[in-house]
Amino acid sequence: MARWRYYNSSKHTRAIPRIEPRLAILSVLIASILAVVTVRLYYLQIIRHKEFVELADRNRIRIHRLPALRGLVFDVRHRPLVDTRPSFDAVMVPEDVRNVKQTVARLEGLLGQDNVAAKLSQAEDDGRPPFDPVTVEEHLGWQQVVSLETHQLQLPGVSLEVMPQRHYIYGPVAAHLLGYVGEVAEGDLRHASDYRMGDEIGKFGLERVFEGQLRGQAGGQEIEVDSVGRRLKLLREIPEIPGQSVVLSLDLDLQEAAEKAMGNWSGALVAIDPNTGYILAMVSHPTFDPNVFANGITSVQWRGFTTDPAHPLANRAIAGTYPPGSTFKLIDAIAGMEDRTLTPSTTYFCPGGLYYGNREYHCWRKQGHGTLSVHRAIVGSCDVFFYQVGIHLGIDRLSQWAHLLGLGEKSGIELDNERPGVMPSSLWKERRFHQRWYPAETLSVAIGQGYVAATPLQMAMVAAEIANGGTRYKPQFVKEEEALDGSVVKRFPPIVERRIPFDPVVLDVVRNAMCDVVNGGGGTGHAAHLDNITVCGKTGTSQVVKEAGNARIPEDKEPLKYRDHGWFVAYAPSDHPQIAIACVIEHGGHGGSSAGPVVHDVMQKFFELYPPRGAKPAAPGNGAPQAAPPAAPAAPESPPQGSVAQRED
Amino acid sequence: MALDRRLVYHFDWTLFVMTLGLAGLGLLSVLSASWGGPKHALDPLVMRQLIWIGVGTVLMATAAFFDYRALATYAYPLYAMTVVLLAAVMVSGHVTGGSRRWLNLGVLRLEPSELAKLALVLVLVRYLREEPPRGGWSFRQMIFPAVLLGVPMVLVLKQPDLGTGIILILVTATLVFAGGLNGRVLLVAMLAAALAAPAGWHYLKPYQKQRLVSFLNPESDPLGAGYHIIQSEIAIGAGGAWGKGFLKGTQARLNFLPEQTTDFIFSVFAEEFGFAGSILLMALYAGVITRGIWIARHARDRFGQLLAVGLTAIVFWQVAINVGMASGLLPVVGIPLPLVSYGGSSLIAMMAAMGVMISINTRRYLF
Repeated sequence: MARWRYYNSSKHTRAIPRIEPRLAILSVLIASILAVVTVRLYYLQIIRHKEFVELADRNRIRIHRLPALRGLVFDVRHRPLVDTRPSFDAVMVPEDVRNVKQTVARLEGLLGQDNVAAKLSQAEDDGRPPFDPVTVEEHLGWQQVVSLETHQLQLPGVSLEVMPQRHYIYGPVAAHLLGYVGEVAEGDLRHASDYRMGDEIGKFGLERVFEGQLRGQAGGQEIEVDSVGRRLKLLREIPEIPGQSVVLSLDLDLQEAAEKAMGNWSGALVAIDPNTGYILAMVSHPTFDPNVFANGITSVQWRGFTTDPAHPLANRAIAGTYPPGSTFKLIDAIAGMEDRTLTPSTTYFCPGGLYYGNREYHCWRKQGHGTLSVHRAIVGSCDVFFYQVGIHLGIDRLSQWAHLLGLGEKSGIELDNERPGVMPSSLWKERRFHQRWYPAETLSVAIGQGYVAATPLQMAMVAAEIANGGTRYKPQFVKEEEALDGSVVKRFPPIVERRIPFDPVVLDVVRNAMCDVVNGGGGTGHAAHLDNITVCGKTGTSQVVKEAGNARIPEDKEPLKYRDHGWFVAYAPSDHPQIAIACVIEHGGHGGSSAGPVVHDVMQKFFELYPPRGAKPAAPGNGAPQAAPPAAPAAPESPPQGSVAQRED
Repeated sequence: MALDRRLVYHFDWTLFVMTLGLAGLGLLSVLSASWGGPKHALDPLVMRQLIWIGVGTVLMATAAFFDYRALATYAYPLYAMTVVLLAAVMVSGHVTGGSRRWLNLGVLRLEPSELAKLALVLVLVRYLREEPPRGGWSFRQMIFPAVLLGVPMVLVLKQPDLGTGIILILVTATLVFAGGLNGRVLLVAMLAAALAAPAGWHYLKPYQKQRLVSFLNPESDPLGAGYHIIQSEIAIGAGGAWGKGFLKGTQARLNFLPEQTTDFIFSVFAEEFGFAGSILLMALYAGVITRGIWIARHARDRFGQLLAVGLTAIVFWQVAINVGMASGLLPVVGIPLPLVSYGGSSLIAMMAAMGVMISINTRRYLF
């Protein structure tokens, strides 16, 4: 009965289900699932194989850059001026940090910084992979290094990285020549493909110009790491190639003496070897400490430098252009005599001024110099005499000779930012102002005022050309490039740019006059006088503002910024010159009293270091024999006594 | 009792060899996954796995000569024992990785959830061996099997072990289907399961939810939850057609793979032996499964038939889910690859199961 009802109530499912058909259904299901899995494996292992191989390698291989050791910089006697020291950075591999928040908080506490999290998120925004170490703090102080070391265990994923840091051993000494390095800027990265973010690059001075030689080539390591970033083995290594060292022509002792002699004055000094064109010293004041840049300059510090009205970052020796003042009279004299509009015996009368056009042009000596020839005119720095020379010569002939001597053009020294200064001519004025040249303007130029402007390097070159008889060398400050082992890779021999066809007679007149400027009676440059060496020189005092009429305010009562610039150009010894110097002291007043003593100190130091060539051996019984060859480092002792006799030759 | 000659004569060598083959490949994979380099001592894991394979082989042979029909007698006691063990895990289990799964028995650690799969199959088959009524098993008649499933299920999910829970459900479903469930009930059950799925989400542990989310979009969090899926796919894909070679897989050796000796052993294997190796492994599994279904069709009694189906279902579902998970088809759930993954409980249980299958196959000639 019950069976019957059941039978009726479910007519569609009355059969007893058998296992076999259901097994068949299960088989189909199983087969299709296994097929799907197999297709998936085919897709992963065959179709996308290459992609996954790359991913697997990227998983396990990390590239570690080995920055090359930057070359050192030596002075001429192979004393290091710039080297590289270890500096510690805190780096973090985000991937290896388990608890980022906690680690960052700890790290910030230990470093006393609150920008770690910001740096991490910046790195993430930059799209850096999480296994790429992020430098969270650079140039750690000693305290920070110690506290990170002792808390290493609480800071998984954080490590100290030793980074080479540029070190300028003598701080501000020769800072403008040596320059500085800094982190490569994004702009540089675009056209220098072998640089990476965070790399060091020369930004200024020697560091910038010789970047290619100093930098070397970064190497790299391919390291296999496991999933937590532990280094397992070195797969491949490309060793870094250390940069080449550079040997300068600069002498550290001389440079330091020059820096010291300049004192707190603003200005510049260039000392050059007239026989080679090598720079012996180059000072620009005020100066700065390039180590500030190596430590990673802050924006506040940078703004401080750039807004300082004294422009400490500018290299005044090559980029400071000043009216050369009376030092220009040397060029007048040479140009006049070479042009035959002036002879050594030509005389002019100086009553203390000259009427030209409708105006009176003063001589600095109100009472006048009387009748004088070119020799006396240079020694006494008579303005009226050289007004006459200028009038007779004309601006264009004068300009031609001045250009020949190197004014108004870049010297070609391998430093950026060199400025050519100005040596005007009628053509120059036509181009510049669309005006013709007024002859009266020549008078200003003749005394180194008006449009004319020169750099200390240019004037040092003029002194060197007079000293060496007219050879114009390319000014160089690097003598050699050395490999790490000290072997010389490249020499920089002297380069003759041109030979100026000086008439020896003309040269003699100018040289004798320069000698008397320093050593003779009535000379303006006694401050540079040395007892045992004949120094030849010329003073200059260039006006900063045009003085009105005759009214002269006593120099020391003038506000500093209106005071004249003091110039001194010199070379020594007179017969076989070894050094030529130009020095400008900003607002120093008279050149003889401001720049003169500076040149004196530098000259004195130079001849202590390098006794005059051809100097006779010390007199018997004088103590230590002077056996050192001229080019070799000399013992820093008193100059040889024989040089006095030398002067009388 | 004297061994019947026919038992030896009709011994299922095919299944026996395939089982040992899989265990062998598993041993290689465990060795590779734990390889520390030629200078390092062999990981003790390898030795242990080898010992278990030995024990498993003995057990398999023993089970093969044992009359499987006796299992019907022991089904409920065995089931009860397993439930007790699972409950013991709850009380004093050994915790690893946030889950309480092991019972520490001094010398060895037992994972009762591995035994639970077999015990559940036994009791279900014991219940379903009766001929179903006309039209198939009704809903009401399925309440008892549901309870049989539910008890270990709850205990396993509490550990928490979602993987085993899923396997228990799938094996039960397979058995009930093969055992003759009413067609309508089947449809309704499938509909109900589909509707219940969103509700089930509510009961998932946070990490399980995370896995599900990251499965749907692994790149959303490549270093977090999606990491395992991505690394596993990389390992499998990097294997290519022929593999990187034995012991040369970097994903496993450098620990980029999670749980590489157990849940992700397939990725280790696939990286080193490539598509060719994967196909071989899948073919062995397909062979075992095909053999299982063949045995089910040819068994002499309904108990044997359903027992073969149940044991085969354990193998199949674990393979499908494990490989599907490793290759990124399914979300990450902890399920061992049968006979291959490291782990004594799983290995011995699976080998014993294969022995039972051989027994079923052999005995069809005896009665």
